[in-house]
Formats: sequence, C-alpha cells, structure tokens
Amino acid sequence: MDRFVWTSGLLEINETLVIQQRGVRIYDGEEKIKFDAGTLLLSTHRLIWRDQKNHECCMAILLSQIVFIEEQAAGIGKSAKIVVHLHPAPPNKEPGPFQSSKNSYIKLSFKEHGQIEFYRRLSEEMTQRRWENMPVSQSLQTNRGPQPGRIRAVGIVGIERKLEEKRKETDKNISEAKEMVELSKSIANKIKDKQGDITEDETIRFKSYLLSMGIANPVTRETYGSGTQYHMQLAKQLAGILQVPLEERGGIMSLTEVYCLVNRARGMELLSPEDLVNACKMLEALKLPLRLRVFDSGVMVIELQSHKEEEMVASALETVSEKGSLTSEEFAKLVGMSVLLAKERLLLAEKMGHLCRDDSVEGLRFYPNLFMTQS
Amino acid sequence: MAMSFEWPWQYRFPPFFTLQPNVDTRQKQLAAWCSLVLSFCRLHKQSSMTVMEAQESPLFNNVKLQRSKGHLFLLPDSSLKYLWRKAEGRQQTEGKLPVESIQIVLEELRKKGNLEWLDKSKSSFLIMWRRPEEWGKLIYQWVSRSGQNNSVFTLYELTNGEDTEDEEFHGLDEATLLRALQALQQEHKAEIITVSDGRGVKFF
Repeated sequence: MDRFVWTSGLLEINETLVIQQRGVRIYDGEEKIKFDAGTLLLSTHRLIWRDQKNHECCMAILLSQIVFIEEQAAGIGKSAKIVVHLHPAPPNKEPGPFQSSKNSYIKLSFKEHGQIEFYRRLSEEMTQRRWENMPVSQSLQTNRGPQPGRIRAVGIVGIERKLEEKRKETDKNISEAKEMVELSKSIANKIKDKQGDITEDETIRFKSYLLSMGIANPVTRETYGSGTQYHMQLAKQLAGILQVPLEERGGIMSLTEVYCLVNRARGMELLSPEDLVNACKMLEALKLPLRLRVFDSGVMVIELQSHKEEEMVASALETVSEKGSLTSEEFAKLVGMSVLLAKERLLLAEKMGHLCRDDSVEGLRFYPNLFMTQS
Repeated sequence: MAMSFEWPWQYRFPPFFTLQPNVDTRQKQLAAWCSLVLSFCRLHKQSSMTVMEAQESPLFNNVKLQRSKGHLFLLPDSSLKYLWRKAEGRQQTEGKLPVESIQIVLEELRKKGNLEWLDKSKSSFLIMWRRPEEWGKLIYQWVSRSGQNNSVFTLYELTNGEDTEDEEFHGLDEATLLRALQALQQEHKAEIITVSDGRGVKFF
C-alpha cells in the first residue's frame, strides 16, 4: 500500500483513459483499509483511485510498478477481486497514503461488478506497455532507468533506440520471470501458512505459462485417470512431440533422452519413468509412427518405424573396416551419435556376426569379423 | 630350439585373444586355437604341459601384438599386416589369452580327444596332436604291412627301433603310445603285456 502517491487525478498529456469503474474497495494485502468506496481509473500509465465520498482523496500507482495481476472470482458474500502484485517502492517516491507496508500486493474489490472487463483492459495495458513509448512529464517518474521518451529517429539515435528496445525486451523477460517467481512464492507461502489448496486460478495461471514453453494441455492423470486409457493418450501425445526430434537425431533416441525431452516440455505434471515406459509399450499396438525397442543389454530406445537399425549395421561395418578397428567412443564421434547408441549399434553388428571384439586393458575395440570372412 | 614356427594369421589378430561372445564366431575362434595348440606342440615335440607353463608360453602370449589403429591387410600368404599411419606411432601391447579362456581351449581339446588331464586338480595335461585312436591305426597298419602280426614288441622297439625309423610314430612319447595301444586293445587288435624290463605289446 506504500506504493501509492497522492495525485490530482488529472491525466497528463499523452496519458489516455482506458476504463473506469465505480464501487471499488482497496485492500492492503489481505487487510481492509479505510479506502472502501472509490472510482478506479485505468490509464495508459497509471491506476488511479478516487474516493467517491471525498473527491480530494485521490491516489495512483504507476503501471510500471505492477509485477503481475491475478483474478479472484466472486464467492458467496464476496465480490470479485483483482490482486495486484507490486515492485518495491522507489526510494525517491512522492508522498502517499502510507509510508510503509508489509505487503507487496493490494487487492481491488469490485463491489459493483465490472471486474472482468477491468481485468481484461488492465492485462492489455500491462502487455502493451504504452507508457514506455509515450513521454509524459517529469512528475510521473518510472521506478526504472532513464526516461522512455525518445522520438523515433535514424542514425546514431536510431541505433541507440534499438539498444534501448533490446534492454526493454530483457526487462520484460526479467519481469515475466519475476511473475513466475512471485507466483511460486505466493503458493509456497500459502502452503506454509496452510491456507488451503492452491486455487484453481493459480493452476490456470501455471497452465498459461506452459503455453509458451511447450505443451498447452498436458495429458494428466486427472484428465484421463491412471491405466490404459491414460497411457494410450500419452502414447499419442508422445508420437506428436517426438517425431521431429527423432528425425533430427537419425531416427533413434534412448529412452532417457526421451524422458528428459518430454518432461522439459511439460514443465509441470511431470511423467514418471514408469508411465513413460508403459505409454511407449503401446506405441506399436496403436500403429503410431514410432516404436519402443529393447536391446539385449537392456537399453531401451525409441525408433521411428521407418528406421532400420539392421541396415545401419551394414554401414557401421564399412566404417569400422575403413579404420581397421574402433571403440564405441571413436565410432560415436565419427558418425555423430551418442556413445550409448553407438555402442548398441556395434553390439548389434557383433551379434549379427559382422564384427568381433578385442577386450583388453586398453578398452573394448571392435574389428571386422575376420574369423568368419577368412578361412 | 623353436624352429621357425609359422604362426597363423589369427595370432596377429587382437580379437583372437578375447573370448568371443557371439557363438558362431567363438566356434571358429576355438577351432583356430585348437589347431594352433596342436601344431605348436607337434613342432616343439611337447607331449605334456602344465597349465602354468601354458600361461607363460608364447603359445598363449603374443608379446608383439599390435593394437593401434591402422588399416588391416590380409596378405596372400595369409599373414596379417597393419599399415601404420604416420601420425600415430606403434603401440606395442601384449596379446594375452586370459587363463579362463585357456581353460576353455583345453576343454575343447579334451572333448576332441587330443588332450588328457594327468591329475585330478587339472594342473597338467597330456597333449596329443594325433588322437590315440589315430596313432593306433597307424601302428597297426605298419604291423600288418610288415607282416608282423602275432609278434611281440617292447614299447621301446616300436618307437625307437630301426625298423620304425621311417614311420610317423617313430619317437612318439610313451604316454601317447600307451594310449594308442590301449585303443587297439579295445578293438582286440593288440594286448599290452609285461616283459622282462618293462612293458610290451602283442599284435593280433
């Protein structure tokens, strides 16, 4: 609550009103404070609250001080709210209603409704960040760096502008990361204070982050239950995710590589190794374009249906013959494969009788199988 | 005293000294080992050996085995040569068949009838480059050819007598000879008897 500054409520030049709503109450964190009925105005630069009863009482925060916002649905006897998480107040801040506050967020309670539209507009302004491009007077200071009031230009100024844009991008990424951090902190605190379950809102928020990282709707045990149905759906999803990575890796990947790749994309609701294996076992049955294969050594891989490991063996024999003999590491390097898969290929070649081995203190080397070819 | 023994190409092939896991490959490998052991023992006139001796013998140790990467060429004379790349120097390392694998080779020879353990603890063995039955056959053929059936010979006469100088079994060691005669005995073609200063045999 200490981020607010007193203001006249008048908009500056280049500051435009976006939306306003009556009947809004402000909370300092979870606490009700005296500002219980006011008009909330959203501009391109600020969030302004004016007391309905006393028009002189008017305060604002800069949009640039907002880390992120959340919606809180209405309940029985409770109005819908918007939770606004804020950056710490800058040291040179103008005077406001509170000098200090222990909370890093405020809540806006919409007693006369209008929360949905207001939230939408506020989100839009947060995304577009028009305040950065539109210069305003010196009295409206941002709490970060130099004034964003440059005019488009070419030449050196143009280059400087590009650099500025890059910096903003980074800042944006940092602030997005901060959102995640704040959100996870808030959840962690809730769990700590035993304030009940993670709200549905928060789950939805998390899922929206997943959109940018990979899977929009992870197949989860909740959606599909545990059991064959789940594994079937999972198998289908895997076929979709793995097609391109497999093609990039010569048609074959170890199951550990698959496990890492898939879980990295999911972000949340991670797959257990068990579930992954069970889903992979269904790939062939479901006539998907990939299959699970287990080598004699126990190593498990996913192969494209079109991949023929036995044919690769013939070319492996050629490579080994050319060089006289090769270890798994040398072969892997030559062909551009992981050492694990390179070794499996050489072992398969040995099993098929094309290669034989020399196992000494110097390591394991594979030779063309002259025992069979020479008499 | 080793005359110029012709090592087979496998002796210079590093995988020869590793027991091959592929069954078909192993079969070929063991056959090559058996053949090598027999021809080695034949040339060196070695009819018996201890396992310790075997381990130290050049038979199972190629001290000059070369393992470095290089192009492998099998020359028309069946010798194996490496062509060295100039950048990489020679890497001389030993080719040593591990004792467990030596045991497997010896067992193969025993199954084929070319080897017999001389003690219960399997520390020494008799090695016969021809199986006793084969020797027996050769001896009996000579006996028949020279019309000496129903004759009696001492063991010494058979292997060291003037009359057998041109025969393959001339100079055969006693242990192998006995086994050869025992094989004939089984076929009722001979009988081992005791004579004044040792043993002899009567042919039928």
